Amino acid sequence: MKQENIKIALVGNPNAGKSTLFNALTGLRQKTGNFPGVTVEKKSGTFRLAGSNGSADRDVTVVDLPGTYSVYPKSADEGVVMDILANPKHPDHPAVVVVVVDASNLQRNLLLFTEISDLGIPTILALNMLDVAASMKLTVNAVQLAMQLNVPVVKINARTSEGIPGLQQAIRQVVEKTEKPAQKYFYVPKGNEPALIEEVRALHALDNDYVALQYVCQHDNFSFLAQPVRAKLDSLIEKYAFDETGFLADETIARYKTIKPIVEKSVKSEGATEQPLWTRKLDKILLHPLWGYVTFALILMVIFQAIFAWASYPMDWLDENTASFISWVKEVLPKGVLNDLITDGVLAGIGGVIIFIPQIAILFGLVSILEESGYMARVMVIMDKVMRRFGLNGRSVVPLISGVACAVPAIMTTRSISSRHERLLTILVTPIMSCSARLPIYSILIALIIPSTKVLGIFNMQGLVLFGLYFLGLGGALASAWILSLFIKRTEPGYFMLEMPTYKVPRWGHVGFMMYDSVKSFVLEAGKVILAISIILWVLSSYGPGDHMEVAEQQAVRAMSQAPEEEVAAAVASARLESSYAGNFGRFIEPVIRPLGYDWKIGIALLASFAAREVFVGTMATIYSISGDSEDVLTVKERLMQEKNDLGGVMYTPAVCYSLLIFYVFAMMCMSTIAVVYRETHGWKWPLIQLGYLMVLAYVSAFAVYQLMS
Amino acid sequence: MSVRTVSQLQKGEKAIIRSFTDRVMSLKLLEMGCVPGCEVRLDAVAPLGDPICINVGGCYSLSLRLNEASTIEIE
Ligand SMILES: Nc1nc2c(ncn2[C@@H]2O[C@H](COP(=O)(O)OP(=O)(O)OP(=O)(O)O)[C@@H](O)[C@H]2O)c(=O)[nH]1
Ligand SMILES: [Mg+2]
Repeated sequence: MKQENIKIALVGNPNAGKSTLFNALTGLRQKTGNFPGVTVEKKSGTFRLAGSNGSADRDVTVVDLPGTYSVYPKSADEGVVMDILANPKHPDHPAVVVVVVDASNLQRNLLLFTEISDLGIPTILALNMLDVAASMKLTVNAVQLAMQLNVPVVKINARTSEGIPGLQQAIRQVVEKTEKPAQKYFYVPKGNEPALIEEVRALHALDNDYVALQYVCQHDNFSFLAQPVRAKLDSLIEKYAFDETGFLADETIARYKTIKPIVEKSVKSEGATEQPLWTRKLDKILLHPLWGYVTFALILMVIFQAIFAWASYPMDWLDENTASFISWVKEVLPKGVLNDLITDGVLAGIGGVIIFIPQIAILFGLVSILEESGYMARVMVIMDKVMRRFGLNGRSVVPLISGVACAVPAIMTTRSISSRHERLLTILVTPIMSCSARLPIYSILIALIIPSTKVLGIFNMQGLVLFGLYFLGLGGALASAWILSLFIKRTEPGYFMLEMPTYKVPRWGHVGFMMYDSVKSFVLEAGKVILAISIILWVLSSYGPGDHMEVAEQQAVRAMSQAPEEEVAAAVASARLESSYAGNFGRFIEPVIRPLGYDWKIGIALLASFAAREVFVGTMATIYSISGDSEDVLTVKERLMQEKNDLGGVMYTPAVCYSLLIFYVFAMMCMSTIAVVYRETHGWKWPLIQLGYLMVLAYVSAFAVYQLMS
Repeated sequence: MSVRTVSQLQKGEKAIIRSFTDRVMSLKLLEMGCVPGCEVRLDAVAPLGDPICINVGGCYSLSLRLNEASTIEIE
C-alpha cells in the first residue's frame, strides 16, 4: 500500500538557516545567503525518512518558507507562511512544523516559535547557529529548553549537516504519535478576547483559539477566506470593539514575559554577551564614514577588473578554438546546404556566446561571495540614505546588485521590501542595471573601439569603459526612480529596520555551485533561443522571395566583372543576403534605426534580440558568416572589424558602437523580465509602462549619442 | 529635560528602552526584540549619519533609520 507523503514545513526568523537546512535534508540547491530575506517564495523538496522498529520508510515533502519575525506579515513575501499554516485545506499544510531558530539570539527567535506552537500544529524546535552562539560564549541546554517548551528540541548545524539524523528521528516520532496532547497556549487571552474567540470558533468550526484570533487579525491576508466571510469578521471586530494594534503590542509583550524566564533557565553565558569579535572588527571598517565607501568602491573595482581583465585569457582561448572548430566542421562535413546551416547558422550563433562563459561565471561567483559573507547587509546600510533620496529603500540594493547578474531573480527579491511604493519603483528600475546578458554586447563592442592600454599602471582602459557603462546603468536606474517617484503616489511610509547578520566565511562549494549553475543555465537557456533563432535566421537569409536573390547575384557579378575572384564572391554573398527574406525585413525597418547609425544587418540582430539580449552577438555572428565569403572562418571580432558600410567605409565606427552600447544599456530587451514584472505586479499595466519608457529612453539616448559623435 | 530617544544616543552609549511613541512602528520594533526594559547600545552610524546600528540586548545588531529610532524612548 502506498502511503501519502508526510508534509513538513520549515518556519523561522529570516536568516536563521532554513534554506540551508532544506538543502541538507533534500540534497537540493535552494538559494541561500547571509542576509535576511533571501527566500521570497515557498519551495518544496522531498527526502526519505528511514523506518524504525519495523515500520516502513516514508517519503517526506518539505516546504521551505520565507523567514518572518512573527505570524503577522509585514511584506509581500511573508504572507505565504500564514496562508499555509492557518488553512488546513492548503495542499502544503504541514503535519509537522520545524521551527528553525538562531541559537545566538534565542529570545527574539522564540517569539515566533511560541506563536507557531499556539496554532496547534505539532512543532519541533531545531536549534541552529550553535557555533555562532558558542563564539558569543553562550551555551544552550537543549534538554532544559525541551522541558520548558514541552516540544522536541534538536541541535543542528545546517551548514555542516550535523544533527540531521536526530532531526529526522524527531520528525518520525512526532508523526507516529497517535494521541494529540492537549493544547498548551503560550499566550492567554484577556478581557473580552475569549468571548470573541468563542464566537469566531463556532462560526468557522475551528478547534484552536489562536487560529481564531488570526482570523480576526489577518482575515484580509488570508487568500482562502471569501469576501462575505471577511465582512462578517469585520462586524465581529466592531461588535467587540477589538483594537488590533493594541492587542498585537500587548500580545507580543506578554509573550516576551513568558519567554524571558525560559531563556534564563536554558541559556548560560560567560560574562556579558557580545557579537563575535570578527564581526565587530569588520563593522568598524566597513561601516566607517570614510573607509566604508572606500572599501565598497574598491570591491566594485575588483569585480570589474575581474570580469574584464582576468576573464580575457580564457575568453581569447575559447574564441580561437571555436573559430577553428567551426572551420574543422566545415571541412569534414560534405559541402552543401546542411553544412552551411550547421556551420554558418547554428555553430556561428552558439560560438558567438560560448566565449562569454568565463565572464558569466566570475560575475555570478563574486555576487554570490558578497551575499554569503554578510557584506550585502552592510551595503544596504551605507546606501539607505542615498537610495531614499531617489524614492527607493536601502533594501533596493539587493535587487540592484543582483540585477547585475540577472534581472529576473533580482525582481523577485523585491518582495522583501515592505513598502509597496518602494517595491514598485525598485521593480521598474532594476532592468536598467546592466545584466550579464549585456556583457557579451559590451565586451565585443568595447574590444572594437577601445584600445587595451593601461591607465595609471593598473587599470585596463577597456575595463574602465565597461565600468562606465555599468555606472551609466546605475545612474539611469536611480534617475528613473526619482522621476517615476514624482508620478507614483506614495501610499504608506517605508521602513528600513534590518537585522545585521554576523559575517560568515562563504562556503566555497556553494559559490562554485552558483557559478556552475549560472553557466549551465546561460548555455542551455541562451543556447536554446540561439539555436532556434539562428536556424530561422539562416533560412530567412538564405532564401528570398521569387527569383530576387538570383537576379541580385547576376547583377553583382556583372558589376564586378573586372574585380578579382575573391571580391566577387564577397559581393555576391552580400547581395544575396540583402535580397533574402531577412534582408528585406531589415531594409523595411532600416528607416527607423538609421538615425541611430544602424544598418539593416544590425536591424535584424536588434529585432532578434528582443527575445533575449544574448541573441544579439550570436545573430551578428550568423549574419556576418553568411554574408562573408565562406572559405575561412573568422572570430566574431574579426568579422565586425572587416564589415563595411554602404559607402565602403568601416561600419563599426566609434559613433555606431557607442550608439549601440547606449541603446543596450537602457533598452528592455528581455521577454523573461517582462514576464516576471507581469507576475510580480499582477497585471500588464506596469510591464507595459516599463517597456515603453525604457524603449523611448534607449532610442533617444542612442540617437543623441550618434548624432553628437558623427 | 524632555525624554530622550534612541536617535539621540552617543556612539557606544547604553540605555534601557522605556516606551514607544508610534503605535504601528512599535509593533515592528517589538517583533525585532526591542522590548521595554531591554538594554540597547549605539554601535555604528552609517557614513551619511543615517541609518544607525544598535546592539539589542547584547544579542544582535539591528540597523534602523533615525526617524524609526526616534520613536523609541529611553530611560
Ligand atoms: N555559522 C553557521 N552558519 C549557518 C548555519 N546555518 C546556516 N548558516 C548560514 O547562515 C546564512 C543564512 O542561511 P539561509 O539558509 O539562507 O537562511 P534562511 O533562514 O533561509 O534565510 P531567509 O531565506 O532570508 O529567511 C547562510 O550564509 C548559511 O551559510 C549554522 O548552523 N552555523
Ligand atoms: Mg531561505
